[in-house]
Amino acid sequence: MIDLTKNYFDLFGLPVAFVLDVGELSDRYRELQRVVHPDRYASAPEQEKRLALQQATQVNEAYETLRDPLKRAIYMLQLQGFDTGLETATTRDAAFLMQQMEMREALADTRSHANPEARLDELLREIRGMLKAQVAELAVQLETATQEQLEAARESVSKMQFLNKLYHEAEALEAELEELI
Amino acid sequence: MALLQIAEPGQSAAPHQHRLAAGIDLGTTNSLVASVRSGVAETLPDEAGGHILPSVVRYTAQGAVVGAAAREAAVDDPHNTIVSAKRLIGRGLDELKTLGGKLPYRFSAVDSAVPRIDTVSGAVSPVEVSAEILKVLAQRAEATLGGELTGVVITVPAYFDDAQRQATKDAAKLAGLNVFRLLNEPTAAAVAYGLDREAEGVHAIYDLGGGTFDISILRLNKGVFEVMATGGDSALGGDDFDHVVAEWIMQQAGIGSDAPPGLLRALTGKAREAKEALATASRVDLQVDDGEGRSWQGELDRDTLNELIDPLVRKTISACRRALRDAGVSPEDITDVVMVGGSTRTLRVREKVGEFFATEPLVDIDPDRVVAVGAALQADVLAGNKPDDEMLLLDVIPLSLGIETMGGLVEKIIPRNTTIPVGRAQEFTTFKDGQTAMAVHVLQGERELVSDCRSLARFELRGIPPMVAGAARIRVAFSVDADGLLHVEAEELSQGVKASVEVKPSYGLTDEEIADMLRSSIEHAGEDMAARRVAEQQVEAARVIEALQAALAADGDELLSATERTTVEEALQGLRDLAESAIDGDAIKQGIGQLEQACEFYVERRMNSNIRKAMTGHKVDEFE
Repeated sequence: MIDLTKNYFDLFGLPVAFVLDVGELSDRYRELQRVVHPDRYASAPEQEKRLALQQATQVNEAYETLRDPLKRAIYMLQLQGFDTGLETATTRDAAFLMQQMEMREALADTRSHANPEARLDELLREIRGMLKAQVAELAVQLETATQEQLEAARESVSKMQFLNKLYHEAEALEAELEELI
Repeated sequence: MALLQIAEPGQSAAPHQHRLAAGIDLGTTNSLVASVRSGVAETLPDEAGGHILPSVVRYTAQGAVVGAAAREAAVDDPHNTIVSAKRLIGRGLDELKTLGGKLPYRFSAVDSAVPRIDTVSGAVSPVEVSAEILKVLAQRAEATLGGELTGVVITVPAYFDDAQRQATKDAAKLAGLNVFRLLNEPTAAAVAYGLDREAEGVHAIYDLGGGTFDISILRLNKGVFEVMATGGDSALGGDDFDHVVAEWIMQQAGIGSDAPPGLLRALTGKAREAKEALATASRVDLQVDDGEGRSWQGELDRDTLNELIDPLVRKTISACRRALRDAGVSPEDITDVVMVGGSTRTLRVREKVGEFFATEPLVDIDPDRVVAVGAALQADVLAGNKPDDEMLLLDVIPLSLGIETMGGLVEKIIPRNTTIPVGRAQEFTTFKDGQTAMAVHVLQGERELVSDCRSLARFELRGIPPMVAGAARIRVAFSVDADGLLHVEAEELSQGVKASVEVKPSYGLTDEEIADMLRSSIEHAGEDMAARRVAEQQVEAARVIEALQAALAADGDELLSATERTTVEEALQGLRDLAESAIDGDAIKQGIGQLEQACEFYVERRMNSNIRKAMTGHKVDEFE
């Protein structure tokens, strides 16, 4: 068994840190899958197949969590005993929420814009920039990791969740517009 | 016994025989079988030297005829000749109407969700038709390779849903084949191309077959093929090109859709020929006799063909765009576009795909054979013939999986393009006071409404202790294995009440149906099954024993205490004695199970030790 008490960072032989080299992570992921993937056990007895399936599932889960900055931040907060559930943890930053509302309206108005594709591109770029800024903040917050900074990290996570949702909606609209071409 | 066979570097694993394995491309129009011989993967010909087996089965009073002979009869005997069974597999009767083209079959009115086609030798399901094709290919492989196949890899369109995958696996079971893996067709093509060229980078595989379309975006890195995204349409292919051309001919010739099935078949054939001819010629002559003495003459040029098929080609380009977005890459990031499937011979398709990806698509491996060749390479690895091979395929699920929640909405549990194997769980609760049961409805698809998604299974979790609404905690866990097949489990957490299903598609055959079919085919075999079973299990026991001995020699001292080692060795001797004396295959099988159980801790330790070894060299301190 992969030791389930081990955290995902340990599994990949990486230090517990928010800033990580994604290329390095991917290399190790592939190395681990070479050992545990069910295809390595195609002619093996059932018992080993089950074990391999379980291990490979776990490795995939760990990889997906660490690869994505938002999931990685949530995971690190959980390791610190923070509850990041949506209901209990939403941002109280009024200015941010106001900005979100404005961006939503802008997105809704895109359709009637003179050049919807260009407008949407602009919005997507803007959201990407904001997401990047949050990731940079998280790097500092999770590095310092004082109680206060972790609280701030939780806030950043919540903002990223807003931004991600908005981004997906903008992408869905982009797909819709493309279908019309 | 792969785990126990992992050898130390520089030390070879226990020598073992080359195990026969084959890759099968079970296509809509044509099927092929390939195998690795002397290190080279190649498609295998039949006695007449042909590699392609038309995926056509004709049922006669004497039995089933498969291949070219059956296809020739399609016009004269349309009711008993089943073409393109792949378009029907894993689908319900109600869905067949939505498929393009006209089906000339008589469907039996049976009390089953699985469509059955009436033929002179009884009603047959698409699963049985596919099994006939698989049998012929397996026989061809065994005759060519000179032995029994230990297992096969069968390719399926990446966009096949769970029901279609299950049904394909059922067909293999019915044909008596051991399926190592269902492999996605574009991934198989990538393997054939990638290994050939050692091409690193991000690739797009555009696979347009007779009846299905797939697009896959994958990254190749040091022998690992990582699928980033996949998309497509499981009911769109070159057959649809033929249908629009046939409809155009009918319109031109004034033939109504009430024309006899034989004429419609003939028209589709003419349409296909015209389409194929236009890959080189700029115009073709057409002549149609309506069977009542009237005939029509005309011509089809390339521009008209392009106009007719453009809406269909556009649909495939939209799917490419979606797949790129899911993969998070843009057309410029794509190193190569590989064209797979016979329908990519149509020039218009190449032109439009080249335009979209802004690169000349690769067409240099025979698009008909590339999938089978890739499957053969994977089969060879899975058979254990290449223990040191670096190749590994990491595939994804093509469609999101979820369950029905309040108001007919679908809550997604595993999003599409998640790497498999994968396990995800989500908690739900009761919505009524004292509710003691909960229905779990499993769905597949991207839409938000239940009615727009594909229903995979329904089951009930009963015995929930009565509580106020919202107090129960019901955990629904989805797991998808490396074949892309789903298993669902629901559990009430406070009391531990469980219910689970192996997702059996609504349109698949039941286990009993398969068992019945197998039984009736075995009854004719006239073989001494019991003796055969003892022999099989003896071979299996010998394999397990040999592997365990090799493992003990390699690291028994390192990983086991003296007492543990004695336990393992005693269990090993126990199986050896049993295998020699037993006259009952099941008893040996049980013995193997007991040995495995006794060695479970050892196997786990070896796995952990392997993981540690894979990660050595990069310990945490490396970063400090």
